[in-house]
Amino acid sequence: MGKTLAEKIISRKIQKECSAGDYVVTPVDLILAHEGTGPLAVDQFTALGKNEAATTGLFFSDHAAPAPRKELADVQRRLREFSRDTGTVFHRPGTGICHQLVAEEWAAPGQIVVGADSHTCSAGALGAFGTGMGSTDVGVALAFGETWLRVPETIQVLYTGSLPPGVFAKDLILETIGRLGADGAIYQALEFGGEVVSGLDMESRITLANMAVEAGAKAGLCAADSTTAAYLADQNREDAYLALAPDPDAVYSQTLKIDAGDLSPRVAVPHFVDNVHPVEEVERVSIDQVFLGTCTNGRLSDLRVAAKLLRGREIPGDMRLLIGPASQRVYQEAIKEGLIDIFLDAGGVILPPGCGPCVGVHQGVLADGERCLSTMNRNFQGRMGNPQGEIYLASPATAAATALTGKITDPREFLR
Amino acid sequence: MTAEIKNTCWVFGDGISTDHITPGRYYHLRGDIPALAEHALEDANSTFADQAKPGQIVVGGKNFGQGSSREHAALVLKERGIPAVIAESFARIFFRNMVNVGIIPITCCTAGFQTGDELVIDLEGGRVKNLTRDLSVSFAPLPSIMRDILASGGLVPYVTEHGGLT
Repeated sequence: MGKTLAEKIISRKIQKECSAGDYVVTPVDLILAHEGTGPLAVDQFTALGKNEAATTGLFFSDHAAPAPRKELADVQRRLREFSRDTGTVFHRPGTGICHQLVAEEWAAPGQIVVGADSHTCSAGALGAFGTGMGSTDVGVALAFGETWLRVPETIQVLYTGSLPPGVFAKDLILETIGRLGADGAIYQALEFGGEVVSGLDMESRITLANMAVEAGAKAGLCAADSTTAAYLADQNREDAYLALAPDPDAVYSQTLKIDAGDLSPRVAVPHFVDNVHPVEEVERVSIDQVFLGTCTNGRLSDLRVAAKLLRGREIPGDMRLLIGPASQRVYQEAIKEGLIDIFLDAGGVILPPGCGPCVGVHQGVLADGERCLSTMNRNFQGRMGNPQGEIYLASPATAAATALTGKITDPREFLR
Repeated sequence: MTAEIKNTCWVFGDGISTDHITPGRYYHLRGDIPALAEHALEDANSTFADQAKPGQIVVGGKNFGQGSSREHAALVLKERGIPAVIAESFARIFFRNMVNVGIIPITCCTAGFQTGDELVIDLEGGRVKNLTRDLSVSFAPLPSIMRDILASGGLVPYVTEHGGLT
């Protein structure tokens, strides 16, 4: 019987054939945690009496970077010291968001990546089985180099046709989550395929994989192909490439086909990610703040799209536009390309690379009754630090168009 | 693990996220679980945070615990003495986290349950009885590895006993 990508990756890793529904213990290639989840993982690792990491351990300071409070400065220091003592790697505040840095430096096809952050599924864009877990699971994986998994069933998501102007990977994944529902893929993997995915660059594939968890999925996987090979080669990691594709006779729990050509830009409306509407239905809703960034849409291609709309224009006086590059590398490239000047000229504020306002810790907390349109992945009540605020989710193009008008705006108006 | 849990319950709706259970604005309290637990479920029902008593049962709808992987969401319920959460479905990371910290997740239909109802969970018989509304609902057992982790009191005691996962 043919195998899905998930079955293939896990079978290869445990060196034994496995299929959906099997319970396995698998070696883990990478673990990751950040200042929100890392201290507890470190506590559990220490409680197990360990002092040496059994696999590659990556720690990040991204959820509150630079530290807004003493308590968070303390935990960042603790992770830094732990990394020094255990041979794990600490990424200092300002270097970027964990999932972006994992894609830029660490993830590779065929790996098992276990992270104490739900968006660890982002690594699936490179053909790695990335999955989010809690701190204890991650602490145990760091201590023993293993984790246990139920091999997931897989929902095949096929994007056919081609993306119309003004419609992007973010619109595809929002439409997918709207159709599957926030619990539509619980305990399962999503596998993204079809001619649209073959033609997407790696940055857009990361946007798809990143949001798999918003449908409840354990992983969101793309085949590893020539785009993956080129992305790794750009990082001088060509040796990490491994071609990976699902078998033609793989068995799926369901297949969801979406004709990309039929789509208009999509917007997820408060307070649930699966509350997805065509932009035409929510146009004119007034917006106080636009946030362009995060592990979902803070990459160079996202900034380029937004800059295309914002170039030579200014946002209204009562609008706040926040821009957070996903990593220092993205930030530097954006400076070189002149994108940052465009954002500043438009009236934007540039945040240090990190999660920024997405976690509600600092930077861009909403006032009571305010609305934000964001390129992030979650619009849960209170997510941006105030349960009395409202969050709409959309693509970088829709975000830029909205920043210019102060109302939710179809970006195609600016692209004609 | 006790074979039977009997107490009153607090009922929540569909899609309770870990942001509802442990809001991001208390991020700095993650190193102080008793302080964080004072805000447990505050953004879903602030009365729970003020009034929940140890031993009471939390009841949810679909996709309970969705969103962030923060284990603190399970830990604050543990800190408040909640022995079990019953829901129509659980988000998978939260589901794992509950077992890892030693809270029992029970997946079954919760339609008709209301806050204050008296429940009896029969763990061996796989049945939840709502004494107040005279309802009885069955539930499937957990996978064996999760039963073993719960029997050990959580994942750290489990791997300590077994010298790892294998």
